[in-house]
Amino acid sequence: MKNLTDITDKVKKNLIWKSIFRRDYRNTVRDRAMAVFGNVFLHLHPVQVRESAVKLRFTWGMGGITFFAFIILVITGVVLMFYYHPSVDQAYTDIKDLEFQVPYGVILRNLHRWGAHFMVIVVMIHMFRVFMTGSYKAPRQFNWGIGVFLLVLTFLLSFTGYLTPWDQLGFWAITVGTNMGAATPLLGYQGPFSELLHITPYNDVRFALLGGAQVAGNALLRSYIWHCVAIPLVATILMLVHFWRVRKDGGISKPQK
Amino acid sequence: MNPFIEIITQPDNIAIVIMIFMVSFFMVWAFQQAFQNDRLIASGLPVEGENDGFVDTFKPLVRIELIIALVVMVGLTIWSIAVDAPLEEIANPTITPNPAKAPWYFLGLQELLVYFDPWLAGVVLPSLIVVGLLAIPYIDINPKGNGYYTFSERKYAIIIFSFGFFVLWLLLIVIGVFFRGPGWLWYWPWQEWDHARVVYEPTKDLTSIIGIDSRSIPGIIIGGIVVLSYLVGGMVAPYLYWKKNNPELLKQLGMVRYITITFLFVTMMAIPIKMILRLVFLVKYVWIIPWFGGINF
Ligand code: HEM
Repeated sequence: MKNLTDITDKVKKNLIWKSIFRRDYRNTVRDRAMAVFGNVFLHLHPVQVRESAVKLRFTWGMGGITFFAFIILVITGVVLMFYYHPSVDQAYTDIKDLEFQVPYGVILRNLHRWGAHFMVIVVMIHMFRVFMTGSYKAPRQFNWGIGVFLLVLTFLLSFTGYLTPWDQLGFWAITVGTNMGAATPLLGYQGPFSELLHITPYNDVRFALLGGAQVAGNALLRSYIWHCVAIPLVATILMLVHFWRVRKDGGISKPQK
Repeated sequence: MNPFIEIITQPDNIAIVIMIFMVSFFMVWAFQQAFQNDRLIASGLPVEGENDGFVDTFKPLVRIELIIALVVMVGLTIWSIAVDAPLEEIANPTITPNPAKAPWYFLGLQELLVYFDPWLAGVVLPSLIVVGLLAIPYIDINPKGNGYYTFSERKYAIIIFSFGFFVLWLLLIVIGVFFRGPGWLWYWPWQEWDHARVVYEPTKDLTSIIGIDSRSIPGIIIGGIVVLSYLVGGMVAPYLYWKKNNPELLKQLGMVRYITITFLFVTMMAIPIKMILRLVFLVKYVWIIPWFGGINF
């Protein structure tokens, strides 16, 4: 025992350790609080939370699980980006390389794909939980709205990622999906009223989505940038607002009667 | 291999199977807690969590977050070791797969294409889903059931939402994934897909059933009357009913809310109605407006 204290003393009582952690942790009320607001990540939380926030049966941890799935996707996604070119010539072979050349490339790709499916599933279940506990009621109406946008962004994240392997599955799924854009009233060339605005296949919504009249190189580049930069950026900002509002609205909802 | 096993073990479909299990589990758990609280409410007791105090974030909450994160990580890792993500042939614009399916979470919308034209199924209805979801907190003025599971205190809200979520969204996805084959024809999961199969379904427009050409002026007028009276009738009928039986409610709702609620509800119910018309009575369109590039309902 003596040796152990010696070792911890050695590890802790030096300038480097102290510069990182600043203070000791001694399981007092004060230190438990400091552990939360002295840490940038834990600081998302208040120092104390309602018991229901800790009980699985109330929230199912579903919002947190959604967020965690998102983090996994960001990490695996960034690693995937090291191996991938968003060009028609290389995209597909890059994925083949991941499967056959890159060490653990298969696992990496699998984690990203199944993680994406998982996130879509859990975000829907999170919404269902929030509905069932009536947690969208005052004062949380606005945060439900933020949530709806996050739901849509989650779908779009997954959707834009579908094209990136440039295989038949993704190509035709995106073709089917973006064809809907052509049917937009007023703004799609097959949609009602589009003649009024002189809309053609070369200036309609679908053209804007694809960067062309067909799913080709520009569409691949566009989906890649939406997928890897634009949507994650917006989603991150909305998540920050979402978490902030959970706190400002008084924490996880509790029975109000 | 048995086609049923084959279809549910396709790598991407495993996600749907997982979804079915997870959604069912949480559905049961939610309703079970709702009924449990209902019993407490009925006997005048506080609901679960009403007298909850506070606990420290560090460590009770941080601990449970860590455990959940580990469980999710382990689960995803096992899934990723066990099942490989599919990679089909390289994209080829000249070979159209049959069926060409959208990603699974949009298959409910793709299924709607059987019943509605693309501008409705692919653009207007999805937009209305988003608008409807956004509107929920502002149109549901029932102050009860805030912050706890309950069914008895908000029956209608829960029934309508559950119908939309479980039937119109999730069930249609499951149908799109497991029951639709080449030509978007219906296949039972144990049926072999047959690419040569053609199903002749003599669909008709509503007015053609009574012998009036749906593209003729009388046909258009009759179709219009049917659609508009459904819309207007569906929006006015509750007003008349509540006016008589629950005028207080109408006053609380106000006109804007009332119109929003009934419009969204009538539109939502148009989906199953049109599905039945199409599947049972082989009706293709109820109302055709042949101008402006074709606006058909
Ligand atoms: C990327 C998607 C999302 C993430 C990462 C996320 C994350 C979270 C987290 C961590 C919480 C804390 C409580 C909990 O875990 O349940 C929460 C609460 C909440 N979420 Fe989300 N959420 C997302 C999407 C949504 C959606 C789609 C909705 C609804 C349409 C929504 C509405 C809410 C509301 C109203 C609360 C407060 C609940 C309460 O106080 O009980 N969120 N969210």
